[in-house]
Amino acid sequence: MTHLAIILLQNDLAPWQEVMSTFLTEGGMPVLGTWIAAGLTLCMLSFVYKDNPFFRFGEHLYLGISAAYVMTIYWFNFLKPKFVYPLIPVLDPHYGTPEGTSLNLWIIVPGILGVFILMRLIPGQGWFSRITFAFYIGGFTGVALPRIFAGFLLPQFFATMEAIPWRVNSIDSAVLLLNSLILFIGALSVLVYFFFSMEHRGFIGRVSRVGIYMLMIAFGASFGYTIMARVSLLIGRMQFLMFDWIGEEIVARIASLFHGG
Amino acid sequence: MKNFIRLATSVVVVLTLLLCSAAFSQEADVELPDEPFAAEGDELEALEGADMVIGLEPVMEEAAPAVEVPLPTHVTVSDLPNDDGTGLVVEFEKAPGETEALTYTVSVGAGPDGPWQEIGGFPATKKWKEEARHYYPAFFLFQKGRAGMSKNFHMFVIQELGDNVPLETGVEYFVRLTASVGDVSRNYAEILSATPEEQWFDTGRTNVLIFAVLFGATILYFIARARRDPNLFIRKISGLDAVDEAIGRATEMGRPILYLNGIDTLAALPTLAALNILGRVARRVANYESSLIVPCKDPIVLTVAQEIVKAGYTDAGRPDAYNPDSIFFLTEDQFSYAAGVCGIMMRDKPAANFLMGYYAAESLILAETGADTGAIQIAGTDAVHQLPFFVTTCDYTLIGEELYAASAYLSREPLILGSLKGQDMAKVFMMVMIIVGTLLVTFGIAFIKDFFLALG
Repeated sequence: MTHLAIILLQNDLAPWQEVMSTFLTEGGMPVLGTWIAAGLTLCMLSFVYKDNPFFRFGEHLYLGISAAYVMTIYWFNFLKPKFVYPLIPVLDPHYGTPEGTSLNLWIIVPGILGVFILMRLIPGQGWFSRITFAFYIGGFTGVALPRIFAGFLLPQFFATMEAIPWRVNSIDSAVLLLNSLILFIGALSVLVYFFFSMEHRGFIGRVSRVGIYMLMIAFGASFGYTIMARVSLLIGRMQFLMFDWIGEEIVARIASLFHGG
Repeated sequence: MKNFIRLATSVVVVLTLLLCSAAFSQEADVELPDEPFAAEGDELEALEGADMVIGLEPVMEEAAPAVEVPLPTHVTVSDLPNDDGTGLVVEFEKAPGETEALTYTVSVGAGPDGPWQEIGGFPATKKWKEEARHYYPAFFLFQKGRAGMSKNFHMFVIQELGDNVPLETGVEYFVRLTASVGDVSRNYAEILSATPEEQWFDTGRTNVLIFAVLFGATILYFIARARRDPNLFIRKISGLDAVDEAIGRATEMGRPILYLNGIDTLAALPTLAALNILGRVARRVANYESSLIVPCKDPIVLTVAQEIVKAGYTDAGRPDAYNPDSIFFLTEDQFSYAAGVCGIMMRDKPAANFLMGYYAAESLILAETGADTGAIQIAGTDAVHQLPFFVTTCDYTLIGEELYAASAYLSREPLILGSLKGQDMAKVFMMVMIIVGTLLVTFGIAFIKDFFLALG
C-alpha cells in the first residue's frame, strides 16, 4: 500500500520505468510482444470479414486498456503536477529545490469547479455541475473567438481579395486568370450556399448550385488525399506483420513462389 | 591470373602508401607553423634569432586587403510591442554599405559587462521590420511612403535566452550587437538595455476587435428580433426531414437509434451543435417510444448529454422512459472509441445512426460500418477532411455550417436563431466586401485591404 502511494505521488518514476524497460527488452519478451501485437492486429482486422469473437476480444481489451491508460495520463501529467503539488508542495520529490513546485492557492478555484462536476453523483445535487459547464463553455468560447477570427476568418477573407489579372498574353497568364476567377466565383458561390435567410430558388439557387459543385470538387480532392494517408497506415501495419512478425526471409520465400523463382 | 592479382595488390598497396604519406606530410605542414608560437619567451626569441643567423629571409605574407565591417549608426533595444512581457526587440536602420557577407549577431547579458550569451544571428539580407507586421500595425498604417520603407529597417526579436528559457517580465536585460564579415567582427559601440513589459491590448488584433464588435452587435440585434418574432425565416435544410423519418423507421423496426456527439470536448462548437440536435432527437425518440444509445468519448460531454436527453424525455412527457445507462462513457482514446462504436453497431444493429459533431480519422470506420449494417445514416460535421467520407457513406450529410443551422432550425430558440441570422448578415457583409475589395484591388486601389491588413 505504501509502495502504491509512493508510485502515485512521487514524480520520479525513472526506477520503475527502468525495471519495466529491462523486463520488456530482455529475454523472450520482445518476441512475445511481437506475437501479442500481431495477434491483436489480426483480431482487429478480422472485422473486415464480420463481427466475431476474436474482434470482440480485441475490441474489449483495447477499450479497457485505453481507458486505463488515459486515466493514468490524467493523473501523472495533469492532476498530480498541476493540482496536488501546487496545493501540497511537500509531496513534490523536488520540494526545496529550484525545480520544486511552489504553493499556488489559486488552484483551489478549478478544484472546486471539478468537485461541482462530481456532485452529479449525489442525487439532487447535479445542478452544481451546471456552474462548471457554464464557466467552461463561456471561458472557452471567449478564448476561441479571437483565435478563430485571427487565425481562420480574416486571413481567408483578405486572401480572397486578390487582384484579378485580366491581361492575358500567354498560357501562364491565362491559367493565372482562370485560377483567380475560380477563387473569386468559388468563394462567393459557397458563401451563397451557406446563406440560410433566403430560399435557394432562381438566381440564388443557381449560384448556390455552383457553390455545392465547388464543394464537391474540393471534397473529391480531399477524399483522394486523405485516402492516401489511410493507405499508408495500412501499409505500416502490413509491414509489421510481414517483416517484424513473419520475418523477411519467409516473406521472400513466399514471394519467390509467386515469381516462379 | 595469380601474377595479375599480385600486381594489382602491389599497385593498391603502393598507392595507399603514397596517399597516406601525402596525407601525413600535409598534416605536418599544417602543424609546423604552430611550433614557434608554441614556444615561449626566450625559446621564441632564440628561434627567431636562429632564422636570422642562418640567413633565411622571413616569409612575408602578402597583406590581405582590410575588411570593412559596416555598423549601423543608431541601434535601439526596446520592449517588444503587443506581447505578454517576454520579448525585446532590437531595431536599426540598414547600415550604409551592407553586403551579403555581413552578418549581425545579438548577445544578451545580465549586466553591461556581460557575461554575454549569444541569442542568434542573421545575415544582413534578412530580418526586416516590414516582415513583422503584427508587432507594428501603426507603423504600416500611419507612416507615409510605406513602399519607400521597404527593407530599410532591421529588427530582431529576443524571446528566450536559449534552452527555451523565456525572458522575465520586469527584468532589465543588456544587449550587444556585433557585425561580422568573415572572421572580422565589430561590436556596436554602445551596450543597450531594455525591460520586457506586458501589454494589455494587442494593437495587432485591432481588426479582430472591429469585426468582433460588428458581428457581435449584429447577432445581438437579431437575437432581440428573434425573441420578438420566433418565426424568422430560415430555409429548409435538406437532411433534417430525414431525422424524423429515421427515428420513425427505427421505431417500426423495433431497433435502437445510435447518436454520436463526435470526438471533441464540450468546448468545441460542433460538439455544442451536436448536443443541441441531440435534445431534439431525444424528444422525438421519447414520443415514438423508441430507444436511444449515446456512447461518449468525453466524460464532460457524457454528463451534458445525459442532462440533455433527460430534458428531452421530460419535455416529451415521458421522464419515466429515460434510461441514464443508455448514455455511457466508452473511452477517451480515439481509435478504441471507434472500435467500441463499431462493435455496438454490429451487435445492437441500430436502425438509424446520427454522426454529429467533430470527427477525425475514425469517421470512415464509423460510417462504413454503419452503412454495412444497413442503417439510415445522417451525419453532420465541420471537419473539412472528414466530410468527403460522410458524403460518400451516409444518406444525408449536414455540411459545415448546416450543422449549426440545423440546431437553430429544429429548436427555433431565439438565441440560436438570432445567432444564425446575425451570421447570415455577416456573410452578406463579407460577400460585398470581397466583391468591392477585389474590384478595387484589380484597378489598383488597395486601401480597403490595406486598412484591415495594417491592423492585423
